[in-house]
Amino acid sequence: MDAAAPPALLPDRFEAWFAGRGWAPRTHQLEMVAAARADRHALLIAPTGGGKTLAGFLPSLIELAERPAPNTPRGVHTLYISPLKALAVDVERNLMTPISQMGLNIVAESRTGDTGEARKQRQRIKPPDILLTTPEQLALFCAWEGARRYFEDLRCVIIDEVHSLWPSKRGDLLALDLARLQQFAPTMRRVGLSATVDDPDVIRRWLSPTPPNPPPPLRDGGGLADPADAVRLVRGPPGPLPRVEVLISEGRVPWAGHTAQHAMNDVYEVIKRHRTSLIFVNTRFQAEFAFQELWKLNDESLPIALHHGSLAAEQRRKVEAAMARGHLRAVVCTSTLDLGIDWGDVDLVIQLAAPKGASRMVQRIGRANHRLDEPSKAIFVPANRFEVLECEAAREAIAENAFDAEIPRTGALDVLAQHVMGCAISEPFDLLSLYDEIRGAGPYRDLAWEDFEAVVEFVSTGGYALRTYDRFRRIVQGQDGLWRVRTAQVAQRHRMNVGAILSPAVLNIRLAGRRGQPGRKIGEVEEGYLEMLEPGDTFIFAGGVWRLQGITATDALVTPGHGDDPKLPSWGGSKFAISTFLAAKVRRMMSDPDSWRDLPDDVREWLMVQQDKSKIPSSDQMLLETFSRGRRHFLVCYPFEGRLAHTTLAMLLTRRLDRLGVGPLGFVVNDYAMAIWALKPMDDIDHGALFDQDMLGDDLEAWLDESFMMKRAFKNCALISGLIERRSPGGEKSGRQVTFSTDLIHDVLRRHQPDHLLLRCARADAASGMIDVARVGQMLARIKGAILHAPLDHVSPFAVPILLEIGKERVEGDAAEMILAEAADDLIAEALS
Amino acid sequence: MNAAALKERLFAQSPCGGVAMAINGQPAVMRPSGALWLADEGMLIVADLHFEKGSAYAERGQLLPPYDTAETLRRLEAEIDATAARTVVLLGDSFHDSRAEDRLAGAHAGRIAGLARGRRLIWVVGNHDADGPRDLPGDLADEIAIGRLILRHEPLAGRQAGEVAGHLHPCARLLGRGRAVRRRCFVTDGERVILPAFGAYAGGLNIRDKAYAGMFTGPPLAVALGKDRAHPLSWSMLGGD
Repeated sequence: MDAAAPPALLPDRFEAWFAGRGWAPRTHQLEMVAAARADRHALLIAPTGGGKTLAGFLPSLIELAERPAPNTPRGVHTLYISPLKALAVDVERNLMTPISQMGLNIVAESRTGDTGEARKQRQRIKPPDILLTTPEQLALFCAWEGARRYFEDLRCVIIDEVHSLWPSKRGDLLALDLARLQQFAPTMRRVGLSATVDDPDVIRRWLSPTPPNPPPPLRDGGGLADPADAVRLVRGPPGPLPRVEVLISEGRVPWAGHTAQHAMNDVYEVIKRHRTSLIFVNTRFQAEFAFQELWKLNDESLPIALHHGSLAAEQRRKVEAAMARGHLRAVVCTSTLDLGIDWGDVDLVIQLAAPKGASRMVQRIGRANHRLDEPSKAIFVPANRFEVLECEAAREAIAENAFDAEIPRTGALDVLAQHVMGCAISEPFDLLSLYDEIRGAGPYRDLAWEDFEAVVEFVSTGGYALRTYDRFRRIVQGQDGLWRVRTAQVAQRHRMNVGAILSPAVLNIRLAGRRGQPGRKIGEVEEGYLEMLEPGDTFIFAGGVWRLQGITATDALVTPGHGDDPKLPSWGGSKFAISTFLAAKVRRMMSDPDSWRDLPDDVREWLMVQQDKSKIPSSDQMLLETFSRGRRHFLVCYPFEGRLAHTTLAMLLTRRLDRLGVGPLGFVVNDYAMAIWALKPMDDIDHGALFDQDMLGDDLEAWLDESFMMKRAFKNCALISGLIERRSPGGEKSGRQVTFSTDLIHDVLRRHQPDHLLLRCARADAASGMIDVARVGQMLARIKGAILHAPLDHVSPFAVPILLEIGKERVEGDAAEMILAEAADDLIAEALS
Repeated sequence: MNAAALKERLFAQSPCGGVAMAINGQPAVMRPSGALWLADEGMLIVADLHFEKGSAYAERGQLLPPYDTAETLRRLEAEIDATAARTVVLLGDSFHDSRAEDRLAGAHAGRIAGLARGRRLIWVVGNHDADGPRDLPGDLADEIAIGRLILRHEPLAGRQAGEVAGHLHPCARLLGRGRAVRRRCFVTDGERVILPAFGAYAGGLNIRDKAYAGMFTGPPLAVALGKDRAHPLSWSMLGGD
């Protein structure tokens, strides 16, 4: 695309509007108009600010302004999909500006889960020209009998923040619905709006409607086309690089820990010097902790607020509204604010604790200064010494404009099952046509016919080897060969359970009244938030300290815990693993003493002592240390692959060490390292063989099948696929009831039909999301023949942080039996004493 | 339940992994499977089998795996083999609903009939199956008095010395380090006992629920079902849901 686009692209009215506001249309905005004129799908990649949303809508506004008045009412022209309800509503408001200022006769309306029934009904009868909604609402539309007629005039679908949507089950469902819409409206254009990413082609392929093995387009070379070619890539101007500093409080960095408590004074001073700061942390507990610490220092009573996913929705809305009005000086938040509406006033982003990934970091930093011509400003605050390296690596990556790599996604079959049911409800389908349609969805392009058949069979009868449910089929094949839903009741149940977001069970936090009756509600938390606490324990929530009195059916009863020291969870690590890209950078930085010069003194000394007492691995080696301490023998290694992958690795290694007769007693992991301790020394065992890739075979299967992660994954798959209903006519199940029954069903199904579709889904989910098998596999391949062994007399400087975490770890894995047995032993000991 | 009281009641781990304890003076073993074994009587008691719960859901559109009846039977047959029981008591709600017997696969009906072969099979009727089975062998009873015990499906309100019942599907939630563990359990104060549900798909009701209020002399003992062992847990370790 020639950057100097001909001005004729814009109609006079639009030219005048830009001029009237003192603007010139930006190149990427014109390129988006040109793509529309050429009838091309498009992906716009641009940093925040710079009129990305307008660039997405401009072609539709022009088309709508130019089209003649209709003789008959028309359907939706442009569909806008946002990952957040709030964003859809905000964009609706922003669209009104050009529409009203140019006097365009265009109706733009949002529709979310919060939209009233009356408005929803009206929207069905009289569609707006532009409908702004979420993937879940779209899925509901697609499972409606009127879907085809409603969308047959559709010209354009705009997917906002597509970089955050595509690599998830929500993205799978959205891709399937896009393929559906394309059937209803073959001329529909797909438009993606994305933040900057490493490889735009991965998103282009996701967005592309090109089915596999297209009729060979006889191009120059005659080869097959890349599906990405169907989507024109438009790039916005890169914008100035952000200014990033790493904050080292008084030149000191703690050995271990995740809270950055040592630096809170400096953080508060920085907040004072800025207009509005966003303070990102990696977990909800860290958010509560940092909020608490900042208010201890807040002599000036600056308006500092808190925002994370465990707070009641209403509370979060209040904080967002105060932020939008410019009433806040700082918000401590988690990834809940990674995306969202623009707040012009934010002039600083603080990342408390490690950044974990370069791409996420750039997007977070982009929340400051939504103006294209000014650099955003960010401060990283490392909480420990390894995090200093990670922060420096992230700063370097940002300066180089480098990003984490995207991994292409294969669509999940539980999501496909939900979609197939939706299709049957909207209209009878032909098996072959539906198969072709589905392969027009990026993540399902390579879907095997056998898998597709298995999914349809699952939707119909449950897919059981024991064929006793034929008379209870949910979808049936008619005389005409088409598949349709069997009863209206099945359709109704499906509609109540649409979506691929699963909200965990929620408890209300209430003040305990007299005689333990529930009193005023303070907020809501996910069930897991309180799981580790016992009655009498104190914890921080919503910025206060509370004492847990007890948990009833849906309420956690608390009393104020003034002045108490709250019980702080020590598993304060991140739920995001450090990205492969960033980890490689950290390893490189660590291996190169020349790069240590820029580090704080104590971190540099730490590295030098490590070099002296142990070894510093080169960037392609993995350091493995063995030493004894007390009567225990330790093996510590440093793969830098993230807590999830390390846990998996440790589980598999302990099985192996057990077979070798070493007597492993326990292990601990963090994002950088893993330590195993045992009865016997591990210096002389064959480390190459210990870390051989074959550990990902039977050992992995055996462990995974037993693990609680399989049950958790199975529950999600059972809910998304429609095997288990979250909501049914006549009452909603609490998440907890669902947990219980899916575990039972999992156990029974595993014994009686281990190759069932849903068990396959659950295994795949657990392997990718929960235990990161792919990452372990890459790592084992990387370190083959590259293990640097350092047999030591003492613990090394590197090993100190991980050893400090021993005894603080949250119990994970198959500890349930152990917990039961210990509790019972305690009781017996007590009884017999 | 405090330590002294426990000592008086003298429960002990039994070699089978179960917990042995006298209920109203009658020796009994709470087995890890959820069955109650009265060795003196050669009697095995299981509650709330809920045969054909899966197909009951399937009828209404939720296609749960159709393996629950097979699984429940497998576990029950294993228990009968392990104990060589002379009498098997099904303590009510053996079928999930009144039409469940019609949905039973032929092979499964045959296996249930097999339970009555060479031993006595007694169906105590419950609220889900008030009329008992139509075509399957065995005796029907509302209540059974045996030794110092009385067996019925639904526990009566207030203290009932010697009562062995089911119906409530008790389960316990242990607040462990790091995460909670929720398991089916027996619940007993040494006077009476409520059995966990034995059926593969039967859900559970936390023993801290008010449905259990007033039934026990003091805080009762929960005996939670583990993999190969039943675990006695004191009331103070347990949480609500």
